[in-house]
Amino acid sequence: MPSDPASVPFDSGKTSEPNHVLEFPGGYTRSVGPVIGRFLSDLRDGRLTGVRTKAGRVLFPPVEYDPDTGDDVTGEFVDVGPIGTVTSWSWVPNPRKTHPLDRPFAWALIRPDGADTALLHALDMGVFEPGAKPPRALRTGMRVRPRWRAERVGGIGDIECFQPEVTMITAPSRLEYRLQGGRALDRFLEGIEQGRILGHRCDVCGQVIVPMKGLCPKDGVPTSEEVELPGTGTVTTFAVNNLPDPRAPEVPFVSAYILLDGAGLTMLALVAGVPADQVRMGMRVRAAWRPREEWTRSMANIRWFEPTGEPDVPFDEIKDYL
Amino acid sequence: MANPCAVIGVGQTAYRTKRPDVSMAGLLREAARRALDDAGLTWTDIDAVVIGKAPDLFEGVMTPEGYLADALGASGKPIMRVHTAGSVGGSTAIVAASLVQSGVHDRVLTVAWEKQSESNATWGLTVSGPFTTSLVVGAGGYFAPHIRAYMRRSGAPDHIGTLVAVKDRQNALKNPYAHLRIPGISREMVESTPMLWEPIRYLETCPSSDGACAMVLASEDAAKAAPNRPAWVHGTAMRSEPIFFAGRDTVNPQGGKDCAADVYRQAGISDPRREIDVAEVYVPFSWYEPMWLENLGFCGEGEGWKLTEAGATALDGDIPWNASGGVLSSNPIGASGMIRFAEAALQVRGMAGEHQVDGARRALGHAYGGGAQFFAMWIVGSDKP
Amino acid sequence: MRPVAVVAFAQTRHTGEDAGLSETELLAPVITEIKRATGVTRFGFTCSGSNDYLAGAPFSFVSALDAVGAWPPISESHVEMDAAWALYEAWVKLQHGEIDTALVYGFGKTSQAAYPEVFTQGLDPYYLAPLGVDQVSLAALQARAYLEHTGTDERRLQEIAAKARAGGRDNPSALHLDDPGEADYEVAPLRPHDVAPVTDGAAAIVLAAGERARDLVERPAWITGIDHRSEPHQPGFRDLTCSPSTRLAAAKAGGTGGVEVAELHTQFSHEELILRDALDLGDGVAVNPSGGPLAANPVMATGLIRIGEAAARIAGGTAGRVLAHATSGPCLQQNLVCVMSGEQSDG
Repeated sequence: MPSDPASVPFDSGKTSEPNHVLEFPGGYTRSVGPVIGRFLSDLRDGRLTGVRTKAGRVLFPPVEYDPDTGDDVTGEFVDVGPIGTVTSWSWVPNPRKTHPLDRPFAWALIRPDGADTALLHALDMGVFEPGAKPPRALRTGMRVRPRWRAERVGGIGDIECFQPEVTMITAPSRLEYRLQGGRALDRFLEGIEQGRILGHRCDVCGQVIVPMKGLCPKDGVPTSEEVELPGTGTVTTFAVNNLPDPRAPEVPFVSAYILLDGAGLTMLALVAGVPADQVRMGMRVRAAWRPREEWTRSMANIRWFEPTGEPDVPFDEIKDYL
Repeated sequence: MANPCAVIGVGQTAYRTKRPDVSMAGLLREAARRALDDAGLTWTDIDAVVIGKAPDLFEGVMTPEGYLADALGASGKPIMRVHTAGSVGGSTAIVAASLVQSGVHDRVLTVAWEKQSESNATWGLTVSGPFTTSLVVGAGGYFAPHIRAYMRRSGAPDHIGTLVAVKDRQNALKNPYAHLRIPGISREMVESTPMLWEPIRYLETCPSSDGACAMVLASEDAAKAAPNRPAWVHGTAMRSEPIFFAGRDTVNPQGGKDCAADVYRQAGISDPRREIDVAEVYVPFSWYEPMWLENLGFCGEGEGWKLTEAGATALDGDIPWNASGGVLSSNPIGASGMIRFAEAALQVRGMAGEHQVDGARRALGHAYGGGAQFFAMWIVGSDKP
Repeated sequence: MRPVAVVAFAQTRHTGEDAGLSETELLAPVITEIKRATGVTRFGFTCSGSNDYLAGAPFSFVSALDAVGAWPPISESHVEMDAAWALYEAWVKLQHGEIDTALVYGFGKTSQAAYPEVFTQGLDPYYLAPLGVDQVSLAALQARAYLEHTGTDERRLQEIAAKARAGGRDNPSALHLDDPGEADYEVAPLRPHDVAPVTDGAAAIVLAAGERARDLVERPAWITGIDHRSEPHQPGFRDLTCSPSTRLAAAKAGGTGGVEVAELHTQFSHEELILRDALDLGDGVAVNPSGGPLAANPVMATGLIRIGEAAARIAGGTAGRVLAHATSGPCLQQNLVCVMSGEQSDG
């Protein structure tokens, strides 16, 4: 029976407990007939079943008649799905209490493989904050599968909802290493720890390689003659980096090739202490060491290179080091 | 001498930011099956498989030839995996060709790929141990100073890079597989994009793509049975040099010059600009077109930008470069070199579709990698050498 | 085929712990030694094998190039596999006829991470790697399958390990490990001595063709056959009691008849039994006189070292026909067989 309107004012007016419930005790007892019954029985078994029409179409969910002609359907039941294609959808950013899911989700028309018609069901796209916009992955044509309830009773709710096919898995990957830098690098860093920049002179080409590798990459021979280089040098070429990086203080930062005085090749380092747009090829720079008490066995002892104020080196003198 | 070797099948996937619809094996199989179809062959017809890709860290699958062996029909067959940094797509094709040229096999399937969306390429390239203090942020951070050095050395005007960025993307509009397809691409559009690593602008860089490219390489006998016209291999070459050493020319590396000289010698080419009809060259940053024009001997040193500016490398120029849209338009890193080699083959087979260069009979495929220190090249032609 | 031979082999004194050398520093003396031994400093082709996951950073092979002397620029390639496959690539290249020599090298340090776990990264990324199943556990599955199928006693494994360690103690390059004693399982049925030890090391080989090989050394080890074959990846798709890909590769390499010495890539004791079956090696064939991988396993060089050790028997005049084997992947998935002879074959 409808409730008495006169009773409403006694309520607070806020959405509290309903003051009237219409519920047929125990639920209606409906007979389903052979076609829907077959479908629901199969559904309870975890299978999707359609039925073929005389024209050859497969209806899903199955009904007893051809919706186009009214003809009886044939008695031929066909397994379909369980994978299906979304033919249309709507997105529910704030679900109602009656909805099957309590987080944003889609309603979708889903046509299982092997069927010619579609089923309406909920489509769970994952975890979203209330009010979320439709996710980009939600689209017509997407492939979905049913998420079955563990306890099934023979109802459409035996499928809790559909969900996208698995298209990606996250694969955490972590390996632990105990690395050593190697003898040449160890020796180089030992120098850096003492505020010295060390290189090796190659016996064959006579060039000084810094940081040394214990061999000359060009001549393929071992090197051992140590040479200490000054902290001054020349910028040969550089990039102005506008993409932030944790290894640099700010954006833009300049990564430059620096030819240390006396070295045969350049090394890559940060240039600072000057606006990025004033860094030049040929600019003279010196190493800016951190305070001695902060020194460790690391290249971080040199904070960056900064201008010396000397005149630029002519391009001709650096062009062979590019 | 080497036995004749022909490309009788080419297959590519569409190149996209993400291919969430396929597994890794599925991506490779898509390209491989298209190559097999082109060659009129099935999996069982193949004698051996050669795969290539950039570092395993990109997808987090180490030694992927193991996982992919049966996915590529290689049960009971030889399968190898090549890795030479960015040039790998090219060197993989060369290793596969070598198996035919040596007379060891008659039909070799080769596949190169990258599924960059599974991780992040900048991470994959920049992961380093506790002793490395490199300030290089991705490939652009590495190459920007060298581009600056080229500009200074050659006196090229600033807009040359923009011209290449526009030209390659216009070509990409004619290639259904291309990743970046930007209708109405223009100089203004490129110039309005920000400098990422000055002097490199956003639209002067390559995208990050998922994709695979495959080829079937065949002996002379096997090529006779192929349903479509073959592309014959006229020469292959690889060169490597160390990344840092005293006196290294990073702008115009000796390795590239030597590699080109070797492949031209094999193909009997003395004037590449005149004798090559179309070139697919690894240009991941637009400025590398004029730089490689010089390195590959299409002009004298300091002259490359003039060819670009004059339109010589456009689809209707006298030496079209990257008719497919090139690496600037599609870049599944490990596959990018093989795509160059495969597009060169498609051109001389007359099968390049809308971006076909009319009458192309001889083409260069080129790839490079690392700190511009690894090079792989081949020349393919319509005629059997 | 064009006759091609192993003409020189060099390897480090492998260590069971990190000796403080970078991969490049490990390799450099080996390259220097092999150049001095052959008197060749420029090679027609260079090819290497290595693995980025050993140090956990990309491009191991790029740094290694510093050790080679790649100037002027060299014709070079690299496989991210055991260097035995680099040797195969070089052998193929030599068949073209344009070049006469090739340098092949491989290097690896397993002291820097838990290699059995690193190995997991090389498994099927959907069904196997997410399980975290490691190399030893997979090998133990195969050992169990073989032992049950053939009725072999576990004690047989310890005998193999004891023989390997004895061989290693006679080999200045290998680790010098004690005779195996009583030990608990590492992963049953494998015990610690059934598992190849942690090893750092590097190795190099020079190949030469025809006359050039004869000019360089007195007794070249002529490659009479070389081939490699793969199997499906999933262990569950395979019969783990045998190694059909090894058998096939051996047949393609011309068979194993007359082989006196075999160096096999056995990272686990039971693999020697499976490989002996697959290669039809009788009791008279000496297997792994060097000690084999159970006495030194610098991964990515281990397979190449098998070829070098086998060839050294010919160079030294102690054998006329030898076999080397290399493997890759879980449970002997992929196998390479190289047969060498002191006599140049007609083929």
